[in-house]
Amino acid sequence: MRSWGFVLSLIAAYYFSVLPMPLWAELWRPEWVALVLIYWIFLLPHRVGIFTAWFVGLGLDVLKGVTLGQHALSLSLLAFFAGLLHRRVRFFPAWQQALVVMMLVGIHMVAVRVVQSSVSSVLEGVGYWLPCLVSALIWPWFSVFLGFFHRKPST
Amino acid sequence: MFAKRNASGLPGLFVAMSLSLVFIFLDEKTTHLQPLRYALAYFSAPFYFAGDLPSQATQTLVDRLHSNDDLRETNAQLQQQILLLQLRVQKLAAMSAENVRLRELLSSSSRLDDRVTVVEIIGMDPDPARHEVIINQGANKDVRPGMPVLDSEGLMGQVVVVEPYSSRVILLTDPTHAIPVQVNRNGLRAIAVGGGRLDKLILTHVPDTADVVEGDLLVSSGLGQRFPEGYPVGVVSRVKHHPGLPFALIEAKPSARMNRSRHVLLLRNDNKNSDGK
Repeated sequence: MRSWGFVLSLIAAYYFSVLPMPLWAELWRPEWVALVLIYWIFLLPHRVGIFTAWFVGLGLDVLKGVTLGQHALSLSLLAFFAGLLHRRVRFFPAWQQALVVMMLVGIHMVAVRVVQSSVSSVLEGVGYWLPCLVSALIWPWFSVFLGFFHRKPST
Repeated sequence: MFAKRNASGLPGLFVAMSLSLVFIFLDEKTTHLQPLRYALAYFSAPFYFAGDLPSQATQTLVDRLHSNDDLRETNAQLQQQILLLQLRVQKLAAMSAENVRLRELLSSSSRLDDRVTVVEIIGMDPDPARHEVIINQGANKDVRPGMPVLDSEGLMGQVVVVEPYSSRVILLTDPTHAIPVQVNRNGLRAIAVGGGRLDKLILTHVPDTADVVEGDLLVSSGLGQRFPEGYPVGVVSRVKHHPGLPFALIEAKPSARMNRSRHVLLLRNDNKNSDGK
């Protein structure tokens, strides 16, 4: 049951991360795939790990048409840190969780930028980091929303 | 998809990261990963087509909501436009025949008419720093990399990646794209590099003394064997001479409507009739 939840939320995240949007809205798009990964790693750290994240990232590379491996790299890095943190984060209040999510998405975006700036052009200015903030801001609602689709594990 | 035993911890991270670095290197420097990308593109096509559904739905809705009077009015306008265009085509036919005769006299190769198909833009690159769009035809309709794409106003870009059911088109304004152009007025050649904004091209390495003024039309020069000769590329919007710089700063505004066109034309020539000398 839970793997279905994972696959479905991942498909939705893929869909929303390539959905065409007006140019001004493009910067405000949260990193959906990273959010979905973080959610499931916090929930099922023994099922969703670095290698799942790697394959998810490879899918995102193909979908976005960028150099193969760059999202695979950044998301496996994210999965590693999320895996380290999941025990503590589960008991955090929502706003603290959001801060952790901001940090994790930040790690992912730094990795993407490092690779991208060495192979192609990147967006100048602080606008690039906006998705990081947006992802953290929607995290409380996002986690509650995904929570509807499965029973909470007994911790 | 799920790893049986979760490889959390440093060894797993190390393996994943080295694998990614190998992938990045292979994909940047070689073509070994092309088959893999092509195979995985079967999985990405549904996302592109589904992503286009919302805008298509709004389009249908808007079409339905047109009033009868509106339709009649546009119809009348279009009829007039057709008349005007037909008039121009009549002149053009005579002129192109004359052109062919003159070229025969000069014993240079003749220019064929370009074969075009109408394609639809179904997606945009989500990264604002990359100007790429996705069109709804791919290997299934025999699209090939390098085919130029234009709209009714001018050149838009070229196909860079062909996927099974869609292709990616890089726009002229992408900072990594450059196109050989010439000034229509005097034939001065230059390279137009993408300016990173949808309304900006930059002419590089043009001498300070070159005869370029604001309002000059830039057309593709056909050098480089990629784009056909003579299609409008942009209009010079700013010329600045700076005594401290070796070259003039020249900006142009692309003729094609980069972010408005939905239906665009794909030029299906095999780079042979663009004036093969």
